[in-house]
Amino acid sequence: MDLAKHWRLRHARYRLEGQRNRLTGEVRFPPAPPRPGEAEDVWEPYVLSGRGRVYSFSVVRQPPEGFEDQPPYLVALVRLDEGPMVTAQLTDCDLEQAAIDMPVEMVTRRLRDLGPTGLIVYGYKFRPIVQSGNH
Amino acid sequence: MRHVYIIGTGATAVGEHWDRSAESLAIEALNSALGTIPVSRLGALYVASALSGTLHAQSQIGALIATAAGIPGVEAVTIEAGGASGGVALRQACMAVASGAVDLAAVVGVEKVTDVLDARREAALALATDADWEAIHGVTLTALWALLMRRYMHEYGYTADDFAPFPINAHANAVANPRAMYRFAITADKVRSAPMVSEPLGLLDCSTAADGAAAVIIASEGLARELCANPVRIAGSAVATDTLALHSRSNPLWLTAAAQTTAAALRSAHLTHSDVQVFDVTDPHGIAAALALESSGFAERGTAVALAREGAITPKGRLPLATGGGCKARGDTVGANGVYQIVELVAQLRGQAGAAQVEGARVALAQCMGGIGATVATHILTLD
Repeated sequence: MDLAKHWRLRHARYRLEGQRNRLTGEVRFPPAPPRPGEAEDVWEPYVLSGRGRVYSFSVVRQPPEGFEDQPPYLVALVRLDEGPMVTAQLTDCDLEQAAIDMPVEMVTRRLRDLGPTGLIVYGYKFRPIVQSGNH
Repeated sequence: MRHVYIIGTGATAVGEHWDRSAESLAIEALNSALGTIPVSRLGALYVASALSGTLHAQSQIGALIATAAGIPGVEAVTIEAGGASGGVALRQACMAVASGAVDLAAVVGVEKVTDVLDARREAALALATDADWEAIHGVTLTALWALLMRRYMHEYGYTADDFAPFPINAHANAVANPRAMYRFAITADKVRSAPMVSEPLGLLDCSTAADGAAAVIIASEGLARELCANPVRIAGSAVATDTLALHSRSNPLWLTAAAQTTAAALRSAHLTHSDVQVFDVTDPHGIAAALALESSGFAERGTAVALAREGAITPKGRLPLATGGGCKARGDTVGANGVYQIVELVAQLRGQAGAAQVEGARVALAQCMGGIGATVATHILTLD
């Protein structure tokens, strides 16, 4: 069920909240505990813009357990504008449309359903940025 | 530190062993490796298994195998480091024997993956990725390698077809390995026309997870001389780690732990890159072998695929790879792969590798990886 685990990660999963180093300005995602020797409060919460570009992408056709209803689905490494890279699915995107360097933005979607007695896990995915005027 | 030797090797056939348990596979490999050495002489047992806890809901495989071997009092432990489990277990045995704490140790790699359906196995394999930040998105290990392959193609100007020499070489070599899962040759046309598993990776550039067990017996120099006519020395041994998640690395196409362990293992062996004559690396896909060769310093960045195309990775080339069939054609026994590598490279150094023999091989390098190189174990084997 992992209820506490998914609850604990909600800020990062739902709104891409990472951390910024108060001393150096470095932005990181995902958030992590301070390393040995670092001050307890040196990393402060920091919400990333959710915009970035596709570093690489692939299609999952042989899914792991829990994702059997989704294939084929696009997965990607996305280089966020602030620097960090994240792994996520691409959504609202045709298989043929995905491309390296394609601009994308974060949206919150269902990641997986843990079954009748479990959670529906939500989190970030990325979709192609639609040029203004095409809406 | 004392010198450390391999004095026995054994392995089961790799495949779908529906009728066999993990214990039965492990004991077959162990018996074969021991030969005439009494099992009671073992001072320690290191069992490598990546998926036993997850797929069989059984922990303490070390105690399980020790009991099955009839030596339930022995010091035994299970090592889990994903696909690097076998090499990490070997490293533990090396340190135990080198330190003088143990004179004779066995390393047994065992994996039993066919008791469950494909989706469950994919999920278990994906545990070698970062569960919270990779696997939760439905990313598989295969998909992560596919991401790297596409990026590599983008940066260096290759096509997916250019990677075909890796599985073609693996299959060609497996023909000579009686324990390999796929003992038949494949062609570039077949690789090209295979269905996609995770673009740009097609079915014939993807290893098949399979059951199997392999074992090696590790001894101090004194015991090696007493018990074995043709011992092989473990001249270098190193383990290193990298970030669990691929996206946390500054350059995802560079396997830092492969670079570190190769340098460390060569240094302790007092050898250089050009001394290594035969290799086995974690090669479930061509891209994995290519990145291992480049990061380990045996090919310049972006050139390993071109070298493979020129024939460098065949038994007659400069960088012979997968002489026992590799993960692709031997069959991918995950946590046991690192021990299978040693079994096959010892055969190479003893001149017993048949049609896949590398002429005059005296120095071999075995490297196994957990996940996308989050753990890497590298060993250098030599003839004295």
